[in-house]
Parts: sequence; C-alpha cells; structure tokens
Amino acid sequence: MSTSPTFTLDGREIPFEAGQTVLQAALTADVYIPHLCYHPEFKPHGSCKVCTIKADGRHVSACTWPARHGMVVENATEELDDLRRTLVQMLFAEGNHFCPSCEYSGHCLLQAVGYDLQVETAGFRHFFPVRPVDASHPEVWLDLNRCILCELCVRASDEVDGKHVFGLSGRGAGKHLIVNALSGRLADTDMAATDKAAEVCPVGVILKKKAGFRVPIGERPFDREPVSAQAARYAPRPPARHREED
Amino acid sequence: MATPAPRLKVATTSLAGCFGCHMSFLDIDERLFELLEHIEFDRSPLTDIKTCGACDIGIVEGGVCNAENVHVLREFRSQCRILVAIGACAITGGLPAQRNHLDLADCLREVYQTDPGTPGGRIPNDPELPLPLDKVHPIHEVVRVDYFIPGCPPSADTIWKFFTDVLAGRTPTYPHGLIHYD
Ligand code: SF4
Ligand code: SF4
Ligand code: FES
Repeated sequence: MSTSPTFTLDGREIPFEAGQTVLQAALTADVYIPHLCYHPEFKPHGSCKVCTIKADGRHVSACTWPARHGMVVENATEELDDLRRTLVQMLFAEGNHFCPSCEYSGHCLLQAVGYDLQVETAGFRHFFPVRPVDASHPEVWLDLNRCILCELCVRASDEVDGKHVFGLSGRGAGKHLIVNALSGRLADTDMAATDKAAEVCPVGVILKKKAGFRVPIGERPFDREPVSAQAARYAPRPPARHREED
Repeated sequence: MATPAPRLKVATTSLAGCFGCHMSFLDIDERLFELLEHIEFDRSPLTDIKTCGACDIGIVEGGVCNAENVHVLREFRSQCRILVAIGACAITGGLPAQRNHLDLADCLREVYQTDPGTPGGRIPNDPELPLPLDKVHPIHEVVRVDYFIPGCPPSADTIWKFFTDVLAGRTPTYPHGLIHYD
C-alpha cells in the first residue's frame, strides 16, 4: 500500500505531490493561505511575503517552500496574520490606492486580502508618490499608482506572450514598473489586449479600455465571497506541469 | 434599584469630506431611536453645537486639507476618549488627496485664474479663510486614532456594527460584506 506524503498545517493533515510547494498543496486541499504575488500558472516569485508561514518553526514563504513529509506548518495564527497585515498596510501606504474610483475595486486581490485580514487603515504615513497614468495605448491603459511590483505582468509578457513589454527598474523604495520602449509609452510596444500580460495583474494597474465598471457593485468577484472562500478556484498545479499545459 | 447607564457623549464632524459618511450614519434609520437610548450628541452637524465638550466618542469624517481641519481635529482628540476615523477620506485622504501630486499654487491658479469660467479672477485671500495645506493627509498622520470605519461611505450596517460593538464593550470588527474600501 502506498501512502502519499503529508505535512500538517495548523494541525490538519495535508497530502502533497512531489514538487509541490506548501501553498500549492494547501490550495489543492482547499486550505487558504493569504498570498498576493503567487499565480498558479507561473513559477513562484516569492516577493510579497504575505504568504509567510512557520514551517518547523522557521518563517518562510509558503509559495516557494517545498512541501516535505512530516513538516509541521503554522498558518492561521495571530502572529502571522499580524505580520501579513503590516505587509498589506505598507503596500497601501507606498502606492496611491483610492479604491472608490478604481475600476478594479471588487476584483482586486490586494483589497480582498485586506478585507480578509481586517485591514482597516494603512496605519503608516502615506507616501503619495507621483506616478503618471499611461493611457497612450488604444486598448490597454496603465495606472501605475497601484502597482505592487509582483512582476506577474513581467513574467506573463516574457514567458507566455514572448513580448517583454514590462520590467522592473530601480532599487528599494525607488523600484518601479517600466515599459520596454524608448519612449516609455505603452503605445510604442506590441502589447495587445489579448495578451496574457493584460489579464494577470492582481491589482488595478493594467486595465482594458472600455471595460471598467461593467460588473455592478454587489456582483463583483469579491463582493460575493471573501478571497479565503474562493481559494479552490486558484486550482494549483505542481510546477512540473506548468508550461506544458499552457 | 439599578439606575440606567449614563448615555455616552458622541461628537461628530466633517473635515475635508463630503458629508456622505454623515448621510450614511443617518441611513441607520429607525435604529437611530434605539441608538439615542445609549448616546447623546455633543458637537455635531446634527446639533449645530460649535465646540466639542468632553466626550466618550468623537467621529471624524474627512481628511485634513487646511489649518482649520488641524485645529478641529486636535480639539476632538483632546476632548474625546475614543477617536474614530470614518470613511475613505479620513482614513486615506480620499478624493481631496487626489490633488497631492499637483502643486497647490497651480491648483489655485487653475481654479481661480486660468479657468475660462473665472476670467480675471483672484485667488481668495480673505484672512477668515483657513489656509490650505500643501498636501491632504489622513487624520492618523496628525493625531492618534483609536478605531477606523472604512468605506466610501461605510454602509449604515457597518456604522451600526461599529456602535453595537462599542456599546457592548467589544473592539469593532467588520465581517465580509461590511468591510469595504469603496
Ligand atoms: S488596485 Fe485594489 S487596492 Fe488599489 S485602489 Fe484599486 S481596488 Fe483599491
Ligand atoms: S503592473 Fe500589476 S502585474 Fe505588473 S508588477 Fe505591477 S502589480 Fe504586478
Ligand atoms: S505569495 Fe508568496 S511571497 Fe507573495
């Protein structure tokens, strides 16, 4: 008889396949671990740290940490949620997130994770950075005020679209998203609204024109259910099967 | 014989806000009668009392955009045991803070001088007018804030949840459907 390997997550036994990360295994078992920069179709990036768990007593990122048989993982603890809250608050404070006028409101993962963690205020002093909007492209526009630097668009444009439209530039607090054109304008790239890069942004940066506010308030994805209850929808796959399936 | 608990004193104000949060507060409708068994209003647009006495709860709508806002906010903080930021503007700066990436003098010139609707206009400089601040700030950047009621505006149900929690001696929490940033 072959038994599949397991680890425990907050005391619950979670089976996993070889090569899965803790986050992938947890989501497969329909257990939610808060996360922002993880996307099931892309190689984990491990930058936002919202998925931080304690694996055998060590703080690690669930989206990059390989599942191991017998591992003891803490997830939904007050200590970890406090840490996650602080990370989400910093993301709100360092960008310009004016949700009432954002057309991604109700669809936005940052907002949904904030709701779930009961983030009521950014707490910190807001940076109010100056980040102009790029509306030069006929089909897609960019509101860089809301970028959380997850690199999903960079990864999608490189790996799926093969266009290399986006990149991150600068270090530390000066890090920002750039468009790969001499002019720096989206209109001067070969970006198309049908690109994978146009659909992966977890927040309201890369938006299709003429599509905003189509879904009425009350019926938007995160109006209906909190993100934690929708975890299974992210149908995770083991990393080995990533690219073949796309 | 038990005497009824004294009613909590509540003050409210709108700084750089649109009064939407106050409207949403009134939207608790008939629950206001029940609420008034437990609270009484001090300074508030609802009473027209102009200065804030010693209060249990101070509720502040709107961010801080001028010198008078700072003054009123400090008065609330010093008079109120519990200070509450209500709505996106008080919590994040909100709509008024959308001017933060612009130069204030440019804004004033645009509105009062170069706009075609105000030919030959002057930038108002009456000493009675509060001086605008260079940037608009959420209120927690100026004073300590105890509780936050997010939303633009928060729904009547969210505001009701705040009061029922606080009156019961609980830290207010907003489950799914009641917590909103928009
Ligand atoms: S991107 Fe998300 S968090 Fe930011 S303003 Fe839009 S809805 Fe709000
Ligand atoms: S634009 Fe969106 S997808 Fe790209 S790095 Fe910023 S938040 Fe991530
Ligand atoms: S989801 Fe793991 S670090 Fe962002």
